[in-house]
Amino acid sequence: MPLILGMSVLLACQFIGELVARGLTLPIPGPVIGMVVLLVGLLVFGKVPKSLRLAGEGLLRYLTLLFVPAGVGLMVHFSLIGNDLWPIAVTLVVSTAVTLVVTLWALDRMNRRRGNGR
Amino acid sequence: MNLAEFDQLWVYLSGNPLLSLLVTLLAFMLAVRINKGLGGTALVHPVTLSIAMLISFLLLVDMDYGTYFEGAQFIHFLLGPATVALAIPLYDHRERVRRLLWPLLAACILGILTAVSSTLGLALLLGAQVETMLSLAPRSVTSPIAMGIAEQIGGIPSLAAGLVLLTGSIGCALAPGIFHLLKIDDPAVKGFALGLTAHGFGTAHAFAKIGAVAGAFSGLAMGLTGLVTAFLLPLLVRMFGLG
Repeated sequence: MPLILGMSVLLACQFIGELVARGLTLPIPGPVIGMVVLLVGLLVFGKVPKSLRLAGEGLLRYLTLLFVPAGVGLMVHFSLIGNDLWPIAVTLVVSTAVTLVVTLWALDRMNRRRGNGR
Repeated sequence: MNLAEFDQLWVYLSGNPLLSLLVTLLAFMLAVRINKGLGGTALVHPVTLSIAMLISFLLLVDMDYGTYFEGAQFIHFLLGPATVALAIPLYDHRERVRRLLWPLLAACILGILTAVSSTLGLALLLGAQVETMLSLAPRSVTSPIAMGIAEQIGGIPSLAAGLVLLTGSIGCALAPGIFHLLKIDDPAVKGFALGLTAHGFGTAHAFAKIGAVAGAFSGLAMGLTGLVTAFLLPLLVRMFGLG
């Protein structure tokens, strides 16, 4: 039963998240709000129940697999991507690299300054 | 015993969710094997590899995406509860998150501004169509959020989802080199940058390759980036004169 209990908690949080997102017509997806709901719940409860950890960590271990079905959907847009192939390819690679560098640099600097300040 | 004709058997199987579900799992296992065989390199991400194999398979047997998704949706559905479950590692590392909250928020906003302006600037420079550009804009955000944003600003939601996935795999491929170049070894910093740039892909990568701390910060970055982008992007698009 623990696996079922844990899964029910996760689905219930997602359900609340969907209700909030739809009810308030937010552009934020239900699962993300569900994550906030669960986090607040855990902070109030004070520990992670064993059943929840079992279900949650089981899912997170295979997180990459869960993206595959959506990714296969790229095949529907082959012609659109083909039209703008170079702009898309260059933009994706360069902009991703720049974003990584800027974020890492900023965090690393702030981290170091804090470290030295103490 | 009467053997059914092979084509009849195929008609039955290809219309059955069982086949696409099984093929997805097999492709993923094979991709993970191949990736391990190549020394676990981030250049051939198991997800990108399995997506490529599955697209080739579908084209080969002439099955359309809608039919495939009827079976694969059972896997796709689990993304929801898995996103919710990201609260668990976040809770486990709550002290660290609390200590770093302000730098993290600042880095998050800076990262989003960089991602969106470099994307729109480059695409504008290289002459992409407006629709493509607007579908590219939210590419750093986890796909369900990106689809909502793309729709709101006038892009194509499903194309946006695809570009988000490509960004994710490119981010995972580039990250190890950039970590090395900038001499970053704090797992929290690594994870946060991965989650911000490469959303769920980055988070999965952080969990699998770096560890639970990196995974927790990556999940946090993914959630924060999604929330902040949803508010910032419509404004930025207007600033570039595209809205």
